[in-house]
Order: sequence, then C-alpha cells, then structure tokens
Amino acid sequence: MLDNTQVERLEAEAVNSAKTRQPLYAARKKIFPKRASGSFRRFKWLVMAITLGIYYLTPWLRWDRGPFAPDQAVLVDLANRRFYFFFIEIWPQEFYYVAGLLVMAGIGLFLITSTVGRAWCGYTCPQTVWVDLFLVVERAIEGDRNARMKLDTGPWSARKLVLRVSKHAIWLIIAAATGGAWIFYFADAPTLIGEVFTGTAAPIAYITIAVLTATTYTFGGLMREQVCTYMCPWPRIQAAMLDENSLTVTYNDWRGEPRSRHAKKVQAAGQLVGDCVDCNACVAVCPMGIDIRDGQQLECITCALCIDACDGIMDKLGKERGLISYATLSDYNANMAVATAGGSRPVNPSLIRTADGAFSDALAHFHIRKIFRPRTFVYMGAWSAVGLMLLYSLLTRDRLEVNVLHDRNPQFVTLSDGSIRNGYTVKLLNMIPEPRTIVVTMKGLHGAEMSIVGIDLPADRSFAIPVEPDRLKMLKVFVRQPAGEVRGTAQTFKFRVEDKASFESDEYTATFNAPETVR
Amino acid sequence: MSNEHIDDVSGISTTGHEWDGISELNNPLPRWWIITFYITIAWAIGYTIAYPAWPMLTSATKGVIGYSSRNDVKNELAAAEAAKGKFVAAVQSKTVWEIAADDALREFAVAAGGAAFKVNCVQCHGSGAQGSSGFPNLNDDDWLWGGNAEQIQQTITHGIRFASDPDTRVSEMPAFGEIITADQIKQVSAYVASLSGSVQDASLVEPGAKVFAENCVACHGDNAKGNKEFGAPDLTDAIWLYGPGEAAIASQVRGPKHGVMPAWVGRLGETKVKELAVYIHSLGGGE
Repeated sequence: MLDNTQVERLEAEAVNSAKTRQPLYAARKKIFPKRASGSFRRFKWLVMAITLGIYYLTPWLRWDRGPFAPDQAVLVDLANRRFYFFFIEIWPQEFYYVAGLLVMAGIGLFLITSTVGRAWCGYTCPQTVWVDLFLVVERAIEGDRNARMKLDTGPWSARKLVLRVSKHAIWLIIAAATGGAWIFYFADAPTLIGEVFTGTAAPIAYITIAVLTATTYTFGGLMREQVCTYMCPWPRIQAAMLDENSLTVTYNDWRGEPRSRHAKKVQAAGQLVGDCVDCNACVAVCPMGIDIRDGQQLECITCALCIDACDGIMDKLGKERGLISYATLSDYNANMAVATAGGSRPVNPSLIRTADGAFSDALAHFHIRKIFRPRTFVYMGAWSAVGLMLLYSLLTRDRLEVNVLHDRNPQFVTLSDGSIRNGYTVKLLNMIPEPRTIVVTMKGLHGAEMSIVGIDLPADRSFAIPVEPDRLKMLKVFVRQPAGEVRGTAQTFKFRVEDKASFESDEYTATFNAPETVR
Repeated sequence: MSNEHIDDVSGISTTGHEWDGISELNNPLPRWWIITFYITIAWAIGYTIAYPAWPMLTSATKGVIGYSSRNDVKNELAAAEAAKGKFVAAVQSKTVWEIAADDALREFAVAAGGAAFKVNCVQCHGSGAQGSSGFPNLNDDDWLWGGNAEQIQQTITHGIRFASDPDTRVSEMPAFGEIITADQIKQVSAYVASLSGSVQDASLVEPGAKVFAENCVACHGDNAKGNKEFGAPDLTDAIWLYGPGEAAIASQVRGPKHGVMPAWVGRLGETKVKELAVYIHSLGGGE
C-alpha cells in the first residue's frame, strides 16, 4: 500500500480554471488526456464498439423483401422516395413516423438527462465517440500524456514529423471511412462500394464523402472539446434538465477537503486534512481539460473518466472509492451539511467519520428510488405514449389507399343524350412490394357508370385494375349519370378500392356535380 | 481603457453596458470562430469577383468566371428541348391515330397539346375547353364536323369558314326569315324543340314537321340527326350551340349566326396541331 506522499503529482491544470482563464480569442489550450482505466473506461470501450459497429455495419445488413423491393435492411431511397427499415417501409406521406421518432429521441434525452445527467454527451454522442477513437490513435502513435506533451513542445525533428504525419494520415483514413460509410445508407451498399472504388459513383457520393471526411477530421481530430463547449447547445440546455435528484459526476469535497499533497506533514502539524491528495489525476484524464473539483460546469460531459482515475488513486492509498462519484445534488448537500456541521464551519473531515475511521451513518447515499420521481414518470409516460401511438399506427396503417381529385374545369359536361359526365383523377396507392389487382367500385350515385381512359371496356360500375408493386397508379375516370337519375347539383358517392386477395380496402367520398336544369 | 469594469464573480471585464442591473461580460470569441469569420469575409470578396455582383451604372459587374443565370436557363431549356426531341420527332412522323394508340406518346401529346391549348384556344373555347354560347364545348360527345382524332386535326389545321384557307370547312345556313313566313318559323321551331323535349304549344309541332321536311332535311337529314359533312348540327340531342328553347331556335332559323375558327397550321405547324388534336380527343368526348 502506498503512502499518499508516494503518489506522483501530475503537472496538470484546468484550462478554464478561474485563476488562469485567458481571453477566449487566445489560442485554444491544447489538452493531452491521459489514458484512464477502470470500470467506466471499460464501459465506454463497450459503448464505443457498439455505436461504431452499428454505424459502420448497418448498411450491410440484408433483409429479404421479395423481388420487387431492395434487400438492404436500412435504406433511404431518395430517388424513389422510399425509406426501408427492416420490416417497415415508409412512403413520403408517412414521414410522421420519423418525426415521431425524433420526438421520442427528444423526450428520451430529457429522461436520461434528468436521471443520470449528460450520459448522452459522455458515452454515446458521436462527437465523444469519435474523439475517443481519434485519441486512441493519438496515444498509440505519440504515446500517453507526458510523451505527447514533450513531443508537442519539442523542436521539429524527423521523428516528430513521422509521428505527426502518420497520426494525421490515420485520422484522415478514419474520417474518410466515416464519410464513406454514410453514403451506403442511401444506395445498395455492395453495388455502391464497387462504384466508389472504380470512380463510377455519382458525384454527390464523392462530395458527401469529402464533406463528411472534412468535418470528421476537423471535429474529431482538431477541434474536439471546442465543439462541445462552443458549438453544441446541449451544455446550455442541461441546466434546465438537471435537478437536485439527477446523478452527475461530482467531486465530493465534503470528504476531500482540505486537500493536501503532504497529508502526513499537515496532520502532524495538527491541521485537518481530507481525502484528496491533490494529485491532479482527475484533471489529467479529462478529455475536456477541466478540473471537476471546481464543481459542476458546462464543459463537463460527464464521461466519468475522472471517477476511474480517482478511484485508482484511492485504491492505491487504501481509501474508500468515490471521492469523485456519480452523486445527486441533494445527497451532496446533505453530506456537505454533515461535514460542515450545517454550514457553520469549513469542511471538517472528522465530522463524516466515526472514531474507527469508517464513514458516519449520517451520510446520505444514492438510492435507486430517487430515479422514480414525478418528473421522470412524466417523461417516461410521454415517451411511452408517443411510442405506443407510433406502434399502434404502424400496425394498423393502410397499405392500400385511394385518393380522388375531382375535375374542376369544367365541373360537369352535358352529353348529347342529356346525361351528365364528371371527370376524376383516381390515384391507387399499392404500398406493398407485390403486384396487386385492385378492384375499383362505385358506391351510390344511382344509375351512373364509369369508364376509364386507356381501358377499352364498356362502361361499368366496377373495374379490376392491375397495379405495379410499391407504386401509385393514376387513373382518369369519367362517371356518367343519365339525365333522369340526376338528383340535385351535388351528389356524393364513394370510390371503393379493394384487394380481393388480402381483403384490404379503402374508400373515398367524392362529389358528382350537375347543372341546375337537366333536360 | 480607463473606465473598464471588472465583474466581481468571474473576474472578466464587462462591456460597460448595463440593463436593469445586468451587465454583459466582454467574453471575446474563440480564435477558431474569429478565423471562420475572416474566412467568410475572404469568401465573400472572392465570390463577388468570381460571380456577377456589384451594381454599376448600366449593369452589374460580370464576374470573372462568366456565370449568368440567363445562360443557365438557356441551357436548361435546351436540355429540356433535347429531352423532348425523340417524342417530337415521333409526333411529327406518325398519324394522330398512331399517336393516340401509343401510351407514352399519347401522354406526351396530351401534355404538349394541353399547354398549346392554354395559349391559343382558351380565348374562345374557355380554359377548361367548356366553350360558351356560340363556341362549342370540346368535352362533350357532340361534334359538328366530326370528333375522331383525324377530323379534329382537319378542323384545327384548316379552320372553319376561314376565308384565306382554301381547304377550310365551309357551310352556311340560309337566313330563313326571308324564305318562310314568321308563322312557319314558329312552327318549325316548335317541331325542332319537340325532338328533344316538350313544347308550349303542341299544335305547332305537326305543321312544323311539314315545314322542316320542305326546307331543312337537305342538310339536317330526315330524322334531324344533322350531317357532319356540312357541319349541320344534330337537332335531336341535348346540346345547343346557341342555346336551347324555341326562342333561341327561332332566332337561329330567322337569321343564323355562323362561327368562324382560324386555320392554325400556318401559325402552329403540323406537329403542334397533331398534339392539340390528341389533347382535345382525350377530353372525354372523342370518337
């Protein structure tokens, strides 16, 4: 077991610390995050593998939809205006499903933030994941924090050139692969990859790759934490999302203060000393370059790497883990009250411990119950309600529709035998990837019959129309009612469409206009 | 600055502006932001050099890369013409029957004819080809000079009673006001009206039939069904070019009006005329 004087103090300082805060137009202070290890780091590796896996592999999944539709599981087919997601196919007029998913994503973000803080930022945000990936490359090539700092301040040499060129080259390759993967969501991936490499893909594919390569390289490699701090609105919004029962990464100064690098000496001098040995491990690992001991701040993405770093130190010192931990503001305040005897004194570590050195029973600990509070129930309820509505609407949606446009100019035509004719544009929507025969029938409008342009059959009240798979069929329909049958200037009737094979049907109520005087 | 204010909490200078006790921190922008801002300025300068931009006395600067939105339109129109090319060529070489029988070609001709109709024909026939008194409705199934695609093409090509076209369709109904008596006109009008409806005084119908047999059958036929050779209308149907009813019929017997339609081939060319014929044939009354 190490004595706390044996823990190496790292030369690290928060870039935004109040003492040294520079005007922001001064060049960005470079951050050299040290490699962290611990349970949160392992969890982040896992999340990174899953999210990157989903991003890169999804376009390559296949899903058999029969011979009349693409077999790519997830495909945004802009040319044909169709969106495929496994067993779901969405037409443009059904875009509200996507809107619904965005609403769910929004409410889900509120729910997650109000319970576990900025978990989205810390673990799953693409900016975080890609910065993490770029840092892996940087560490592999240039070494960990100290080596990188040395390299950065050192003069240019052949070695530095080689390291820098190879780092940026690998970053660019990753960036190009990121941009490259994006385009596969918009076309058949196996076909497109061949086209991309033989130079025969559409210009827009190359433009997309170029733009996304540039943004990935710039954001992930060059700008990193600046994107979160200056470009992203979420750090500003989070204040409204967090409450006193939200878990956030917290430095527990009620047990850490007064911090000291020479605890034994200070103790021997009869002064109080807390658990924090001021080793700066938490600052050194921070990808945002901040000091969590300054309190909750907008730069903090709650990636929890400082928890891993501090826990490692506490283990070495033989102290309890959790000097930096996920904690709620209410627990923190309660414990702070214990440590300061209700705020009457500065933090006194002896107040939180019993005589034998264990934590006092008066300390508050997080309980899972705190997650279940009215606010989270409201978010959860709204989230589930939108989800259930979408699901219900998805399961009961029509895959056969009819839309009718009545000719307006002229509204009606008197024919030589005195009968009245109205024209309609009837649109049959066959929304499944199979050819179907749709029976179009008139309901109501006594004595009237219809004829369809391009179909050489005698006028009738019902026609069977073959419709191509996954297509809209437009029909020009003339409806003719004998003079003696006309009842009024505007009669309503229905166009009914039916698929006899699947018993699906739809109806459209149309109007039949006639002049005031019919022969 | 002598009057610099420093915020107590953050230690940052303020702009000196204060609203209701709230003052604004003078946080300068990040350097990358400033650089981006300068890049946009440089871009704007380059843009105004490359593209038409600065207004001068008579026109704007042309821009060094020679871009012009008019050229864009010209090119797009040329591309659209080129894309239409094969359809236009097909319309040119085929008869109206062949065009009407070919789905893709018919669709093209209907669209092109519809556009030409909106420019050249709506003045008389109306925007929906619904006609009005004296101008035939082209949607119905009653045709003075024949309603198959070829007959429609002939009518559009040479016009009706259009003196300067030797092949124009010509016919003229005599003004019977100078040939038969006023009573006879009343009688024949009642007879004609009775063919498609009821009349006020049924006693006029029988003498009217006699007048009709003596004067009208030559053109309108024994059964009053008309004759498309002479553009003589069918008098038994529900469609009346100059209005229904005995009074309108009597007026037309006494001193008939004769509509004139210009020959269009000289102005529009054969291809356009064919497209128009196919379009009109598609309106629902084509034979």
